[in-house]
Amino acid sequence: MSKMMDWVDARFPATKMWKEHLSEYYAPKNFNFWYFFGSLALLILVMQIITGIFLTMNYKPDAELAFASVEYIMRDVEWGWLIRYLHSTGASAFFVVIYLHMFRGLMYGSYKQPRELIWIFGMLLYVVLMAEAFMGYLLPWGQMSYWGAQVIISLFGAIPVVGEQLALWIRGDFVVADATLNRFFAFHVIALPIVLLGLVVMHILALHEVGSNNPDGVEIKKTKDANGKPLDGIPFHPYYTVKDLVGVVGFLFIFALVLFYAPEGGGWFLEKDNFVPADPLKTPEHIVPLWYFTPFYAILRAVPDKLFGVIGMGMAIVVLFLLPWLDRSKVRSVRYRGPYFRIALTLFIISFVALGYLGTQPATDLYTLLARVFTILYFAFFILMPIYTKFDKDKVVPERVTDQ
Amino acid sequence: MSNNIDTGKRRFLTAAASVVGGAGAIAVAIPFVVSVSPSAKAEAAGAPVLVDISQLEVGQLLTVEWRGKPVWIYRRSPEVLEALPTLSDELRDPGSKVASQQPEYCQNDTRSIRDEVMVLVGICTHLGCSPTYRPELAPEDLGKEWKGGFFCPCHGSKFDLAGRVYQGVPAPINLEVPQHHFQGDNTVIIGEDAKGAA
Repeated sequence: MSKMMDWVDARFPATKMWKEHLSEYYAPKNFNFWYFFGSLALLILVMQIITGIFLTMNYKPDAELAFASVEYIMRDVEWGWLIRYLHSTGASAFFVVIYLHMFRGLMYGSYKQPRELIWIFGMLLYVVLMAEAFMGYLLPWGQMSYWGAQVIISLFGAIPVVGEQLALWIRGDFVVADATLNRFFAFHVIALPIVLLGLVVMHILALHEVGSNNPDGVEIKKTKDANGKPLDGIPFHPYYTVKDLVGVVGFLFIFALVLFYAPEGGGWFLEKDNFVPADPLKTPEHIVPLWYFTPFYAILRAVPDKLFGVIGMGMAIVVLFLLPWLDRSKVRSVRYRGPYFRIALTLFIISFVALGYLGTQPATDLYTLLARVFTILYFAFFILMPIYTKFDKDKVVPERVTDQ
Repeated sequence: MSNNIDTGKRRFLTAAASVVGGAGAIAVAIPFVVSVSPSAKAEAAGAPVLVDISQLEVGQLLTVEWRGKPVWIYRRSPEVLEALPTLSDELRDPGSKVASQQPEYCQNDTRSIRDEVMVLVGICTHLGCSPTYRPELAPEDLGKEWKGGFFCPCHGSKFDLAGRVYQGVPAPINLEVPQHHFQGDNTVIIGEDAKGAA
């Protein structure tokens, strides 16, 4: 056996990679609940790719055939309903996990120096994932698929001068049509998944280069033993592979409950209007994007101007990229941050959730006012960050990780 | 191996090869970028549509498809036509000054060729939803001042019965009037004017 490994290792760095990334990758020993979501995101990505491959075997990317082919998968293909629900419910699960993963990063300052690039790659993953989800949602060719795509592509039309031409170019027709469906299919099944996989590799390589952050925000590489191994580090394998397996079991338990008992999530994962075939002549009464886009949709609606609404929505994502440079505090973890940051983070999370709710509701006068207030709070978190993090009354960070 | 390598020449050749190669790469990218713009088939589907309006009653709205978009044709009553000029103060562009939203021959008070027959592209100028026809007077949800018009369910934009946008709604400009003309009394041709195709 070891002779065979020697033969392989002389030709391909199998053992070297195994050691670098698993058996001798030292991760801080104090990971908690919040550290489940990175590996869970990877699990869901694999699940989406596998279920996606099987769905393409029966799906027809054609405006005449698409809606019926999805119903065919649901009714006539053996186990087709399971594969389709795994994929559609998996999309929502993906965003649940990603949002919790991002919140972990915010809480423990995982975006801060020297992990800026991990954060940037992660943000790119998030943006590509949103594009992937948006394009995937057009494929069933239901009413919500159709009009959702029509509204989102029209956003590009708000760009001065070239906007209308750009929207026409994206659609490939004067309205969302067969050409749009076909190209979204190409992006959804080939182009974007390749980009996602590439970014995942870069995200993990960057992480393994600098090492993981932890709930204390202490740099474990500062205190090493005689062999140069971090005193507070433990090998990822077997310690964290086993821990992550516990997370996988817990996740699959909850996921299966949703999958088998509420696969449409009460209209939140698959909207009711999407069970009506796309009709280019009639808009549904109440258009709502899927829940994971609604915070940004609420920001779009809160601004009473078409162009500035689109800019506001775009900026809401752009500011997240700038986080590593907006944060002026020397302390990473919220455990040792002062009151200003704690209050700001709490307000930010409340605003994000509130905007998410408001984005699903009709724009009444009261809701529009609330959406404006929360939009301002959302941006205040970022714009004021260089000030409140600089003057915050941070606590003393311990030398070594704690076991709280 | 000679020791006197001309590094300047080497750098020049590398740069020159890179520029030529880069130009080639850009040239090859062009067909791919252009291939996703509307195809000849999509352009052809933009051909004019003939609509018979002999059966169109007063107040009735007919939706036809042109370039994949809904186009509305409806017959306005004399009362509606009387009410149109009274709305001016509440509209963003009562005089239809934005030239892109109607052909020149519809840049008038009623935004139409014949006062009673209105032709509009039924797509909201905000984000592309199709507004709902609400001809009734003062319904509960739209308020007492409502004199009939169109209401966009997506983001609440309001338009009057000439497709003119109200103030204080997200849609920035009036609904589009497509090029059209009449052939005889009862046929309207959408997608071309009296002089020819759009």
